[in-house]
Amino acid sequence: MTTPSLGLQKAPAPGLKNPVHDAQKIFKVAMNALARPGSLQEMPELGLEVPAPLTQTVAALALTLLDYDTPVYLDPALAQEVDVVDYLRFHTGAPIVALASDAAFALISDPAKMSAISGFAVGTDEYPDRSTTLLIAVDDMTNTSGATLSGPGIKTETEFDAAPLSPAFWPQMIANQTLYPLGVDVLFASPTHVAGLPRSSKISMKEAR
Amino acid sequence: MTEQTYDNFADHYNFAYLDEQTKRMIRRAILKAIAVPGYQVPFASREMPMPYGWGTGGVQVTAAIIGANDVLKMIDQGSDDTTNAVALRGFFVKTTGVEATTKTSEATIIQTRHRIPEEPLKANQTLVYQVPIPEPLRKLEPRETETRKMHALEEYGLMHVKLYEDIAKYGEIATTYAYPVLVNDRYVMDPSPIPKFDNPKMHEMEALQLFGAGREKRIYAVPPHTKVESLDFEDYPFEIQKFEEPCALCGAENVYLDEVILDDKGARMFVCSDSDFCEDRRENGHVGHMAANPITESENRGADA
Repeated sequence: MTTPSLGLQKAPAPGLKNPVHDAQKIFKVAMNALARPGSLQEMPELGLEVPAPLTQTVAALALTLLDYDTPVYLDPALAQEVDVVDYLRFHTGAPIVALASDAAFALISDPAKMSAISGFAVGTDEYPDRSTTLLIAVDDMTNTSGATLSGPGIKTETEFDAAPLSPAFWPQMIANQTLYPLGVDVLFASPTHVAGLPRSSKISMKEAR
Repeated sequence: MTEQTYDNFADHYNFAYLDEQTKRMIRRAILKAIAVPGYQVPFASREMPMPYGWGTGGVQVTAAIIGANDVLKMIDQGSDDTTNAVALRGFFVKTTGVEATTKTSEATIIQTRHRIPEEPLKANQTLVYQVPIPEPLRKLEPRETETRKMHALEEYGLMHVKLYEDIAKYGEIATTYAYPVLVNDRYVMDPSPIPKFDNPKMHEMEALQLFGAGREKRIYAVPPHTKVESLDFEDYPFEIQKFEEPCALCGAENVYLDEVILDDKGARMFVCSDSDFCEDRRENGHVGHMAANPITESENRGADA
């Protein structure tokens, strides 16, 4: 009997250098990000080399959170890269799904062209946890302008914005918030930091965008 | 990372005992729990090397979040030195090599059975509760399918009826521990069997609070700065326990006290349930009315006579 080959053309890039301790540190960053929405949580130095257009931070979160239990949706820019698909398949074993609503996690590398948030799973009334968590790669994040967040994890209120995002993003997240306790949760991943936007955060836009 | 490439216990266990797939599964549940405060997230609880009822849920949560640089404090009914706390602290020291402490202020992770420390917790700390029955409605409705529907529909009338019946029968709300709370104006949650004295500390707490129930396979959370209200009625507002005398050892007032029986003639004393808080006060010169060892005192008197 022969083992079926993975069908890889070449060896995928290496994963976390220390799978146990690196994963713990990355998880702690993600946990603090969701527990304190809008705050910028610094990522540890990982030295990951990942196939483009996957970014190091999104890859680190994916290697920490994904496994064979978590169907994952890749945005078109990621899905068309064989190296990205091989990398995630090899290191996580997560089934890659074409339908956004089937995904436990969604990896978004091109947020300016992101598909509608309402297409992702929001959970059910009895199991609101059966929803999609979006891992969105961004270039910059700031606490000095943008949407005003309040709610659990935020003492009074905080400002938060990320770039690039599609103009439809914030209106869609406000719509997402009205579904509470259903809805998607978002982790923004810049090259150095992670920020969280759980469904529990109330979002208000000061000026019209 | 390079600073820790080899764990000295790695011949026997993975770091923090659990395998990495289990940790990932628990971590995902924790993230959902934080996103929906007070909602009980089902998780695939593992068998742990201690019996159910000994904190297997809290242990799994702690194992999923703990890192090599964390400082762990483990308490059982407020005390660092009772059986459950000693056993679980030993478990983590053995399987992670982390530093353990009894000082509340020095800990980054505090796992607790049935108390919240008296000293206010800070933003860099995480409080992990051991939970026996996570479902606050379970004693009123035994079917999980039904309680799940009640949470989905925000149908908590039954809980208010229970509290009302308390008033009708006893003239007050007779629940003194595991007193139900409403989290973020949405989910009714069991705060685990902490005395209701501790309920107000959960409200707007600076630290992240995580709850693990091993046998019942549920994880839930209260993020920092989250509204946590104890259920009550306008004409019967929520009240915490009051104690008539201060701690007999350190003289602290407005803290939760344990009754200690001293002899078989009915003599007793009330002392802080939070052993670290009491020791800290005594080190700082606070003296209660029985601060000298009451038993030694009576023996000394006997010797003089």
